[in-house]
Order: sequence, then C-alpha cells, then structure tokens
Amino acid sequence: MFKNIYNWIDERLDITPIWRDVADHEVPEHVNPAHHFSAFVYCFGGLTFFITVIQILSGMFLTMYYVPDIINAYASVEYLQTKVAFGQIVRGMHHWGASLVIVMMFLHTMRVFFTGSYKAPREMNWVVGMLIFFVMLGLGLTGYLLPWDNKAYFATKVTLEIANSTPVLGPVLKELMQGGDIVGAETLTRFFALHVFFLPALLLILLVGHFIMIRRQGISGPL
Amino acid sequence: MAHKDGSKEKIVYVGDSRVRRGDGFIPPADYTAYPGKSEAFIPNFLLKEWMVGVVVLVGILVLTISEPAPLGFPANASATVIPVPDWYFLFLYQYLKLPYASGDYIVLGTLGVTGVAFGSLLLAPFLDTGSERRFYRRPIASSLMFLSLAAIIYLTNTAWTEYKHEMAATGQIPEDVQREEKAAENRAQGLPSGGAAQTKEIAIVDKEDPAMAAYQKAGCIACHAADLKGAAGPSLRGVGDTHDKEGILSIIKEGYNNKMPPMYDTAINAGLTDQDIDHLAEWLAKQKSEVVE
Repeated sequence: MFKNIYNWIDERLDITPIWRDVADHEVPEHVNPAHHFSAFVYCFGGLTFFITVIQILSGMFLTMYYVPDIINAYASVEYLQTKVAFGQIVRGMHHWGASLVIVMMFLHTMRVFFTGSYKAPREMNWVVGMLIFFVMLGLGLTGYLLPWDNKAYFATKVTLEIANSTPVLGPVLKELMQGGDIVGAETLTRFFALHVFFLPALLLILLVGHFIMIRRQGISGPL
Repeated sequence: MAHKDGSKEKIVYVGDSRVRRGDGFIPPADYTAYPGKSEAFIPNFLLKEWMVGVVVLVGILVLTISEPAPLGFPANASATVIPVPDWYFLFLYQYLKLPYASGDYIVLGTLGVTGVAFGSLLLAPFLDTGSERRFYRRPIASSLMFLSLAAIIYLTNTAWTEYKHEMAATGQIPEDVQREEKAAENRAQGLPSGGAAQTKEIAIVDKEDPAMAAYQKAGCIACHAADLKGAAGPSLRGVGDTHDKEGILSIIKEGYNNKMPPMYDTAINAGLTDQDIDHLAEWLAKQKSEVVE
C-alpha cells in the first residue's frame, strides 16, 4: 500500500530523483570508522548536526513553559526546573547540548582544517561552515541571558559593554541588542527573539547550504 | 511519449530530463572516485553512525541526570556578582582584559587582533591556497592554528583560575550552588524545593512617622523614590535587614561604595537638623522585611 501511495505521489511530483540525491550515495572507505578507526574524526560533523537537532527539539519544548519577560522569566525557568515532569531533563539537555555543540563543531572545524579539506573546490563550504560557527556562538550568547538570573544578567551587561567598545558599529549594535538604555525588559525580549527566531532561521538556511554543497562536491579524498 | 498506451508499467524519469531511467544503479560521480570498500550511505553507513550518535546521546543524558542545569537567583541590578561569560567565551573575555587589548587600546583588542584572527579563519581557503593538504606540508597555516589553539587554552585557563581566585578572595559562592543547597535543605524539611515567587511586597514600617517627611525633604526620594521602592538607587524597603542605624548614618554622611554620594550636606541645606537625620536613620534601620512582633 505504501508503495502505491509512493507511486501515486511520484507520478505527479517526480520525487524519486530528490530522494536518490539525498540517500543514494556511497560512503568512501577512508571516512568509515568501520574500516579505519582513525576515521572517527569524520564523525564530528554528523554529531554536530545530531546535537543541533537535539537543541532544536529540546528548545521547542522549553518554549512551551518559558515566558520572555523580566517578571516571569526566572520564575518560569525555576518552575520548569523544579515542578514540570522531565523539565529538568529537557532543560539539562538544552544546557549541556549548547556546550557540546560548540565542542563538536570545534572538533569538526579542526578536522577540516588539519586535513586541508577546505581547499579548492570546497572554499565556499568552509566559509558557510564558519558562518554556522558564528551563528552558533550567537545562539550561545543570546541563550545565556534567557534564565534571567544574576549570572546571565551581569555577563550580558559585560558582553554589551564589549560590543559597545567596537568603533563606529559598536554603539549601534549595543542599542540594537539592548533595546534601550539599560539591560532590562527590552533586552530580554530581543535576546529571546534572536535566540528563537532570527538565529535559528539563519542557521537552518546555512545548514541547507552546507549540506547541498557536501552532496554536490562529495567528501574530500584521502590524504 | 516513451511508453505504449494502456501499459500498466510505471515510468521512472530522471530529474526533469524526461529520459527513461536505464536498468541498474547509476553511480554518482564520486562513487568510483575512491577505490576500496565504500558502502551505501542509507541504510548501511547511517545505521553505524547512529550507533556513535546513541553513545553521544547516552553521554548527554547521563550528564543531564547527574548535573542539573545551573540556575542562580533572579537578576537584580544591585547584586554584587562577578560577571563571567559562558566557558567558550572565556578566552575572548580574558584576552580583552590584556593591557594592549583594553582601555586606550580597546580598538586593537576588538577589531585589530580579534578581527584579523576571526577574519583570517573565515577566509582561510583564500589565504592558504596551495594544493598541499597534509598539515605538516603547510607549516605556516598549521603553526598559526597551533599557536591560536595554545593561546585559547592558556587564556581560558587563566580566566577560569582568576575567576576562582576572585570568588575565593571575596568569599562568594556561585549562586546556583547556593540555590541548590537551599533547595536540598528545603527538601530535607519536606518544604517545596523551588523558591517562592518573589511577589510579596515588603511593607513600609511606621509609615506615619515624622521621619517619612524628613525622608522626602532630605532629597532621598530622588534616587530611592517616594514609596522607598527605589529608582536610580536600590529599594529601601527592608533596608534594616542589611544595615543598622550606625551603618545608615555613615552611609548618609559618607556615601556608599561610590554609588551613592554623601547626602548629609544636602539634608542640612534642606533644613533638617542633626536630630532629624539621626531619627531618619533610626527609622530606616527599623525597616525590616519581616517585623518580629
């Protein structure tokens, strides 16, 4: 029956080539840890994506409870942490995943760098990858404020002061992120919007670009 | 059309070309490029990679169960907290404290070295254009990367050590640890482990006291507001919890931590006597968050 449904759709939309392009390719020996144990270094990219998926899923569940205003933000996080069933696990996964995704991405970047995989013809993919890195750092920075506890508040104050010290662009950037004269209600909603809408949207676009380029160019050959 | 009318045979086209697909798998260009034991991505390789993913997933879950995500106390602008960013920003934070990356040289810190470092990382393929891929055959790129890694490790370690020392020197305990200890205490007593929502308002003690008038006259309201809830300065409701009468008097006379200027002369100029100020301090010292009957 599934085959009939598939055929019905395929006759109209011709989806087989899309599916083949995503799934039907071979993994060469030199990146397969089953054949060469040292090839585990090629896992870090996939693991980065895996943890990114965990971050997106756990983040979606966190927004079911989180309230982005300065009166309730902390209380909602505390409620989530102490009262909601599995809330502590979901928040824990998002918290530790945020660190792990940086670790995995860093290891992936180092693998690509030291195997020289960013060389022609893969220059553009490296640039997109670095942009993903910067977006991830931005996600870490904006997410840090959201629990609205003292650690978050004072770290963000310092961060915005540092941003402010950049010539020309600095004050504009600071005002854009802070949304007023002080770190307060506006800052929290802006960081929330950046963390939940703007940066993830940018991240997904960049990831699609990253993956399309990998499929087009294939994995770099053995050294 | 390529098929006979009335044929039940399913036609598979390749892409948009309307060319009938031939029999068998058409290898993509990169398939035969590497001789050796290649295997299909789906499902063979993906299942193996999923095993690595499962190990990582179990690792995360063990971490989340053994170490709950930290949470401190609600943000309070007048709290004394040593600011510290997330660990992966520590190297940048520490770097911007260096003499030639801060103060008068802050532009060198933010744009100069940091900008060049991240900019060259972003544009690495256009700077390292040789065709050699092995890292030991491109010494400049590799040694620059090793140097950066060493710097990052050194700066991160210094930042963390300094933070620890600063915490120890000021006798501070991280707020998430404090909160966790309090929660454990409450749990042991069978009380709710989450803190009660901080919505209970602290009342003004002895609102009809003449000191209230003196408080308004002396200019305190400019920063601490007419209802004592604070504006530019902190709230004075419950100030008696942290300062006694002598402490408040000395704050009025000498100011507080460079945040509040001495207000004694202002009060005298506003027509208050020493006695009034003394009474004001006594009244403020009575402002406890909970009056013990």
